[in-house]
Amino acid sequence: MFDYEILRVIWWVLLGVLLIGFALTDGFDLGVAALLPFVARTDIERRQTINAIGPTWEGNQVWFILGGGAIFAAWPFVYAVSFSGFYLAMFLVLAALILRPVGFKYRSKRPDPAWRARWDWALFVGGLVPALVFGVAVGNVLLGAPFRLDSDMRSFYEGTLLGLFTPFSLVTGLLSVAMLVLHGAGWLSLKTDGAVRERAQAYGKVAAVLAIVLFAVGGAFVAKGGIGYRLVGAVDPLGPSNPHMATTVAVAGAWLDNFAAHPWMWLAPVLGFAGPVIAFLGISARKDALVFTGSSIANVGIISTVGLAMFPFILPSSIDAKSSLLVWNASSSAGTLFTMVICTVIFLPIVLAYTAWAYKVMFGRVTPAQIQAGADFY
Amino acid sequence: MTSMAVVELSRLQFALTALYHFLFVPLTLGLSFMLVIMESVYVLTDKPIWRVVTRFWAKLFGINFVLGVATGLTMEFEFGTNWAYYSHYVGDIFGAPLAIEGLMAFFLEATFVGMMVFGWDRMSKRGHLFTTLMVAVGTNFSALWILIANGWMQHPVGAVFNPQTMRMEVNDFAAVLFNPVAQAKFVHTVSAGYVMASLFVVGISSFYLLKGRHVELARRSFTVAAAFGLAASLSVVVLGDESGYTLGDNQKMKLAAIEAEYHTEPAPAGITVFGFPQYEGRTTTYAVKVPYVLGLISTRSLTKPVEGIYELVADAHARIVHGLVAYDAVEKLKVNPGDMAARAAFEGSKQDLGYALLLKRLVADPRQATPAQIDRAAWFTVPNVPALFWMFRIMAAIGFATIAFFATAFVMSTRHQFDARWFLKLSLWMMPLPWIAAELGWAVAEIGRQPWSVDGVLPTFLAASSLTVPQLWATILGFTALYGTMAVIEVRLMLSAIAHGPEPIEWGSAAAPLATPIDAGFAPVPAE
Repeated sequence: MFDYEILRVIWWVLLGVLLIGFALTDGFDLGVAALLPFVARTDIERRQTINAIGPTWEGNQVWFILGGGAIFAAWPFVYAVSFSGFYLAMFLVLAALILRPVGFKYRSKRPDPAWRARWDWALFVGGLVPALVFGVAVGNVLLGAPFRLDSDMRSFYEGTLLGLFTPFSLVTGLLSVAMLVLHGAGWLSLKTDGAVRERAQAYGKVAAVLAIVLFAVGGAFVAKGGIGYRLVGAVDPLGPSNPHMATTVAVAGAWLDNFAAHPWMWLAPVLGFAGPVIAFLGISARKDALVFTGSSIANVGIISTVGLAMFPFILPSSIDAKSSLLVWNASSSAGTLFTMVICTVIFLPIVLAYTAWAYKVMFGRVTPAQIQAGADFY
Repeated sequence: MTSMAVVELSRLQFALTALYHFLFVPLTLGLSFMLVIMESVYVLTDKPIWRVVTRFWAKLFGINFVLGVATGLTMEFEFGTNWAYYSHYVGDIFGAPLAIEGLMAFFLEATFVGMMVFGWDRMSKRGHLFTTLMVAVGTNFSALWILIANGWMQHPVGAVFNPQTMRMEVNDFAAVLFNPVAQAKFVHTVSAGYVMASLFVVGISSFYLLKGRHVELARRSFTVAAAFGLAASLSVVVLGDESGYTLGDNQKMKLAAIEAEYHTEPAPAGITVFGFPQYEGRTTTYAVKVPYVLGLISTRSLTKPVEGIYELVADAHARIVHGLVAYDAVEKLKVNPGDMAARAAFEGSKQDLGYALLLKRLVADPRQATPAQIDRAAWFTVPNVPALFWMFRIMAAIGFATIAFFATAFVMSTRHQFDARWFLKLSLWMMPLPWIAAELGWAVAEIGRQPWSVDGVLPTFLAASSLTVPQLWATILGFTALYGTMAVIEVRLMLSAIAHGPEPIEWGSAAAPLATPIDAGFAPVPAE
């Protein structure tokens, strides 16, 4: 029914859907956690902030877990090379993400202010660190990672943890933080009232401006900073998943090739700029729904820009012309991709339906008065 | 090749994180269904006490659930971070169940658990019961997919090596899905979770009964858990037998090691109840045997022999020699994919390729191996016999003890006899046993599979990532510190939640006293 090429493109699109799904849902949880110490000053305000994401963060986090599982199933080379290569960075993300659920659930179990202050820190770290490291990782994917595959397809990584932090990857890291903080502010605009909402919107304005500036700086790096990769010769999109069969070369500015060839792709970066502008205007006009819409558009636009710029690259190697991972050479077998498409077609709509129902059940603003009255809150 | 220090440290880290994760998961599996039972009684009878009962156990469930979820994050990514070559080599098969688990199970449990905790006042009674049921279904589905993945490592069916991509690829997804080892493991594991949760509930209820506190809650909880626990403990042992059966078919070496059966036991094979297996001398001394039983369990007959370790090592030796043909063919195909002779040689020997890889521990190119090295490699296929022998026996003894325990508890609860202090005290002492059995069960399954990461396909020492020793120490120490801290906090919160009991006022909010208690409107529970 589908040939191997189409299956691979479908899974490339689904990879994007998962990343965007993660940013749209868990992204605001990360942003809210990173904003926690700044938008909420009293204990009641902190609980108000935490409970704005309380009933739904757990489901949102599954986008991250599913992302891991789907990359494993559909792009095993990418799963193996990137997670073992970015080993210590992955540990930092995991440790931070582990702190988060524990922080949500345990913080309010004791009245002791010192106990609660410690968990507030844990939640702040659990929001900020993943947001930063994800952005840094995307920067490094654009730069190419220092790995090579031997003839057994064993991956050897020749970089270090500190080597991940370059000027460009810091720009992408901070862009990720700005984008998710803006999204968090958008969520708090919808879900809280009073002082927390006011402060969230003030930080949201700053985040919107930073997102625009950093996205522009990142774009300038991509255009003029000597970044980019290109295929040498042809690759068979129906060929076996063996990275040695393609040859790639670093070419400055090559990440703009796709936009030159397919002008419709400019829509993605346009949305990346339009989103923060809309969110900013939404804050100024005091239209809460517009703020969240704007921050969501920013997520979609910025993540799509990266994906479209790199196609068909998924993870280029910076040290070996015969190791880069492409849509055409790093996937699972056609049989596995097909099986997983069927599973996704069946289950993803069900997931989206009950997730929507959960949001509907939990709809409405969280106020300090509710927190003081209700026993089921964190 | 990756150094053995890196391999051993990677194994240590995986064992630490998996065993830790598995402290919380079985309790989640069982307690979620027990909540469904309790809440169903509430919905059917409309008696407020059952709402109090459900909410009390749901609070303990929540404290436990969060650590299961948090430590599960590590598991989902650890294959990639620490077992990169494994991930490449079998990702085509192994990744799919993990992804489906996320899609089908994690979303379900994680989305509905939020509503289960926060939705008491936002839904009808039946609506809330539905959310509780979805949490239970989600957690148990999650176990199903994980055990399909693990079952494939124990008994790799439906996949074949592809020399063009240098990895295993699926050729029969249905075989992976309906793998008999996975089915047996699933039933055995979730039943073990139900036993653990039942003992947890019986133990805490007994504590209340001993102290004369929250007696109404304790009696009802005791009754539910005694019945649930009796069914579950029978299932865990009977279906442990079922895993023994498939073990005999597919994993003879694991069975021989568990039984410390160095030489083939002629039919009908007896089971070794007790003895002292000697690892170095390769014999078992002071063995006490019960005739017929092992043959019945593992071959379901009185006429088939149960193979011993020496004979299985001889089989492995032959497979290594045969596997070298496949290895040589793969190396030739790497250079010239069009080599038809190599292709034909590979097709005839591919099922033994994994055995040739065992030699890589001794020699870089297995084709250069000496006969002595092939001998040694054949003996690598024997796992740690004394460890398996003892761990299995302790686990099985605990299994039988829980059946006796729950049978007694069930009789007592049907007679409304909740004042036998000796039994209530015994319940407290029994509480840690299911955890010990569950952790041992994991260890038997995983140590018993050594030296393989995937049985007969990929040796563990090849499966690890190309990391360095300092990187591994950094994460092992990091996880130990993080997990250790969380364990201390978790136990303290559990204990204080138990000490606090099911009173209707949220005890954690003492700093901000609540305007309305949770259960306002309900009559106080009698006898409390």
